[in-house]
Amino acid sequence: MTDWSPLIISLKTAFLSTFITFFFGVYAAFLVVKVKRFQGLMDTIFTLPMVLPPTVVGFFLLLLFGKQSFLGQIFLSVGVNFVFSWEATVVSAVVVSFPLMYRTTRGAFEQLNPDLIYAARTLGISEFKIFWRVILPNTWYGIMAGLILSFARALGEFGATIMTAGNIPGLTQTMSTAIYSAVQAGDNATAFFWVSIVCAISFAVIIMMNYWMNHQQQFAEFISKRKRGTQNVVVR
Amino acid sequence: MSLFVDIKKSLGEFELNIKFETDNEVFALLGASGCGKSMTLKCIAGIEKPDSGVIRLNETILFDSEKKINLPPQKRHIGYLFQNYALFPNMTVRENIEFVIQTTGAAKLDMLATQVQRFHLAGLEDLYPAQLSGGQQQRTAFARILASQPEVLMLDEPFSALDSYLKWQVEQELRALLKTYQRPVLFVSHDRDEVFRLSERIAVLAQGKIDVIHSKHDLFDSPETLAATLITGCKNISIAKKIDSQTLYAQEWGLQLRVDGTIPDDLCYVGFRAHFFEMGQSPKNSFAVEIVDVVEDTFSMLIMIRPQGSLVKPLRWELGKELWQRISPDNLFLTIPEDKIILMKK
Repeated sequence: MTDWSPLIISLKTAFLSTFITFFFGVYAAFLVVKVKRFQGLMDTIFTLPMVLPPTVVGFFLLLLFGKQSFLGQIFLSVGVNFVFSWEATVVSAVVVSFPLMYRTTRGAFEQLNPDLIYAARTLGISEFKIFWRVILPNTWYGIMAGLILSFARALGEFGATIMTAGNIPGLTQTMSTAIYSAVQAGDNATAFFWVSIVCAISFAVIIMMNYWMNHQQQFAEFISKRKRGTQNVVVR
Repeated sequence: MSLFVDIKKSLGEFELNIKFETDNEVFALLGASGCGKSMTLKCIAGIEKPDSGVIRLNETILFDSEKKINLPPQKRHIGYLFQNYALFPNMTVRENIEFVIQTTGAAKLDMLATQVQRFHLAGLEDLYPAQLSGGQQQRTAFARILASQPEVLMLDEPFSALDSYLKWQVEQELRALLKTYQRPVLFVSHDRDEVFRLSERIAVLAQGKIDVIHSKHDLFDSPETLAATLITGCKNISIAKKIDSQTLYAQEWGLQLRVDGTIPDDLCYVGFRAHFFEMGQSPKNSFAVEIVDVVEDTFSMLIMIRPQGSLVKPLRWELGKELWQRISPDNLFLTIPEDKIILMKK
């Protein structure tokens, strides 16, 4: 009998972390596009987890969420010892996938014609409504691309996870860490099995990604038709 | 309704320094691109913040740097027509208009129906902006602005996004709208003809500052400043020096000219419109012509000329094509009528 728990743990982790990353990433992107000061500093901090080695991220997470730390205490108060817990796989996945969500969304926000937002303001629309009815719907395809990338990244997360959550079969062992264990144990059959599943999922994600990108492009062309018309007139 | 604006804002290369007051009229800001026209509108709308100054609409203070008042755009009630109309691409015509109506229920439907009818949008309600023509997009944008019930209307280059064959039709629609609109209208453009046709008073902007404010007829008859003369389309301008109360020397053309009226002591430039040349010799202001270049324009001829025997900057002379065919270019004399000379003090 095959033990499917790595797949289930991976999927549960990836879905939950993508859900969390969505809100953090969109909010961070919104913030950075909006603020005038400290933009560079904020961008650096938000992008850092993408550039740092995952082991370094894992090390920082251990510091942040260890038993002695403030966040660790919060986890303990709800009965979870963060280190070597399933929750740790989620937190690790959120942190490493967050920069992808943030950067993709930020790109989408920056491509949005700012006049749309200005116009909405002069027309008396509240900032809240502007965000949900003007900004989000017109950047949705970019945000979706960010979601898919984040999901893929969360699914493949290895370094930070193994440092914070460990590699406990049935509890914190994801597909990535299962492959590592199998190779360590010389169990090539199991390694091959998980490798092919990971490959299949990654393949599907890339296809989805291309599909969305295609759509986004069509949508962008749809919107910019009018803009290009303008430029022609100006040249004339 | 009256709008008072007195603001300053540093724009890097120059400082925006604008002061004017307007009531229920069409007031135009005329200037070359990059002179700060759009920025002025953005400051009034509350999209950009001036460094200092006051903006007042009737008794309401929209912005006052000393009293630290800066109302958000949502509370200013200023309708802003953007160059590209800024229709929300994710919403249909109906949704674009409905989105800004503050009331609900029957009043909302009523307002929607009013605007759809007023701007001839019936049948287009379920189309998206990208499916509309330029003129339809502009009508939708107007319907949306008026549905939000603004106190002031600001138009930022309203025809720049339109194909030329559409411009005239849309301009006529706009003129009809403005006739019945009893609120202040600020109209920004770089096109002197549009401005002349649509507005009553005109402020000429140059490098962020208001050069002159005039009624449109005064402005085009006697522009007074170099910036105003240039923007009203005068093609012949020269540095000038006063000789006596009625005579000046146009340095760049090498011509001594007699002028109708008194010449100010601080005269700087002299201008003369290309279609005001008169053919033939006369006792004053005439000279034998040397033709430098002949350019055929759509409906007229542009002749670059200079006084015979000189090497000065050529002047531009415009005349009808038929007339040009009847002229023998040899032994040609032109006269600059003294009452058509534009004198500029700065």
